[in-house]
Amino acid sequence: MAKKLRTRKHKVVLARSAGGDAGITVILFLLGIFMFLPMAYVLMQSLKPLDELWMYPPRFYVMNPTLSNYKDLFTLMNSSWVPFSRYIFNTIFTSVAGTFGHLFIASMAAYALAKIKFPGGRTIFKTIQTSLMFHSTVTAITSFILMSTFKMVDTYLAIIIPAWGSTLGLYLMKQFMDSGITDAVLESARLDGASEIKTYWTIAMPMVKPAWLTLIVYSFQGLWNQGSSIYIYSEQLKSFNYAIGQITAGGIKRAGASAASTVLMMAVPILVFVITQSNIIETMGSSGMKD
Amino acid sequence: MSKKTAERKAVARKDMTYRQWIWKEMKKNKVAYALIAPYMVVFTLFTITPVLLSVVISFTDFNMLQWPNFVGLENYINLFFADDIFLIAAQNTLIFAVIVGPASYIMSFLVAWFINELPPRIRAVVTLVFYSPSIAGQVYLIWGTLFSADSYGWVNATLMEIGFITEPVAWFQDADYVMPLCIVVALWTSLGTSFLSFIAGLQGVDKAQFEAGAVDGIRNRWQELWYITLPNMKPQLMFGAVMAITGAFGFGGVVTALCGFPSVDYAAHTIMHHLEDYGTQRYEIGYSSAIATVLFLIMIGTNMVIKKALSKVGT
Repeated sequence: MAKKLRTRKHKVVLARSAGGDAGITVILFLLGIFMFLPMAYVLMQSLKPLDELWMYPPRFYVMNPTLSNYKDLFTLMNSSWVPFSRYIFNTIFTSVAGTFGHLFIASMAAYALAKIKFPGGRTIFKTIQTSLMFHSTVTAITSFILMSTFKMVDTYLAIIIPAWGSTLGLYLMKQFMDSGITDAVLESARLDGASEIKTYWTIAMPMVKPAWLTLIVYSFQGLWNQGSSIYIYSEQLKSFNYAIGQITAGGIKRAGASAASTVLMMAVPILVFVITQSNIIETMGSSGMKD
Repeated sequence: MSKKTAERKAVARKDMTYRQWIWKEMKKNKVAYALIAPYMVVFTLFTITPVLLSVVISFTDFNMLQWPNFVGLENYINLFFADDIFLIAAQNTLIFAVIVGPASYIMSFLVAWFINELPPRIRAVVTLVFYSPSIAGQVYLIWGTLFSADSYGWVNATLMEIGFITEPVAWFQDADYVMPLCIVVALWTSLGTSFLSFIAGLQGVDKAQFEAGAVDGIRNRWQELWYITLPNMKPQLMFGAVMAITGAFGFGGVVTALCGFPSVDYAAHTIMHHLEDYGTQRYEIGYSSAIATVLFLIMIGTNMVIKKALSKVGT
């Protein structure tokens, strides 16, 4: 047995030349540097004291790291016209309301599309799949007209409701349910007399935890990163990301605080991804488009 | 398609017509309609309706103030024959999409493929390094700092140090550099959802197939890639392509943040910028809807071409 395994392994290894391995490592290393350097530079900038920020010639590395930029950032936040807690509240409120509404209605729809055969289901899914391509900027202007018709402009609803209808989360959830839930399990639940809604909630949903974690992460990231929106013009309703961009855009004096704010803003989505990475990759396993 | 004909055949019954059968099926599955209804209401309102409305409004001179008049194809004629800036924008978008779309797609795939055989822990770290620029909010603004116009910018200072340039270059304000730089930044942020999808897809390829392939005379990793890995990955490749199209055509925001609006000499002006310009600044909604409709058509067209191309993979 052991011998057989070894020969098998040997054959697979044959398809890997040492030169190729070396070449791939080099390419990967160079690409990795290209990806990582700007991220590292933001971090360096945020830790540089003022004299290092404006040193000539500029250095990539920080010599005397300090947290003064972060302190400056908080001072700037405290001196803003609308209290900063308000911007933070806006972002958190819209992120949470948008994400959970989306999770709820998109998972219901995904369940129906994946596990119930009904006339029109396939056409509906094809439409949703096609609309994955339509970037929200392209539909922004006509959406604005619709929103002003519904008196949604300049309210939280203008951010929250469209997030409920985003397509990527539903698409991933549906694909995951297709392969992740066997029909036999659902069939036995139905035979036991469980209603379709009960089956969805108590049987299907617990089985697709990676998919709803992924949906939450994607929706949250989108909402967290939202900057200024054409649907919102009251200062009191604007997002944290917008506000932090405004206070740090105040010229070269604020370069340090600006870097600090970028680090704070990027830390959240990156941290969320680190925690959920294995679930997201698991969900992506079924992300493929079959036709 | 074949499934549908099978369904039709299954109901080749004498007691009801096809229409009656559909109606019966709909009634039987009414819970399914109840489950998708909330989502469909939102989806229809904020995705379907805006797209259809764009098409309708593109034939009018709507400007948000007056009742729109039907103007036929006037907006489209102006767009293609009288609007020089649109032609610049179309050209930039095309260059951008033709470079960034395939390059980000191939880069996502190659990196995912390269890291596929690494131990899981290392793979997770490398994934994070490559993926994080695409989710980290406005971190791309750091490119503005790195390539800042004065000699305090790190790139300028470094190039001056080694004597490559004598004067600092205003990178993001120079028509010669704006486009290539934006392409680089776009690539930097482009290892997103499709990248993760490729990683997962590669993990899912049945290892036994590689062994069988080795027995059948697959000699190197490129043959293995073409004959075994890629055909197994077709669904992910399709999904990745759709994501790449969305990314390549929807990149306007980053350009605006780095180069200002409009960019110098319209050097990085894309159709997306033109759309925003007419839609949210000049309120010529009819005209901007025509731009949006053109974009929709380009996106759907690209998608169809890619579908065709991907069907040839592994043959």
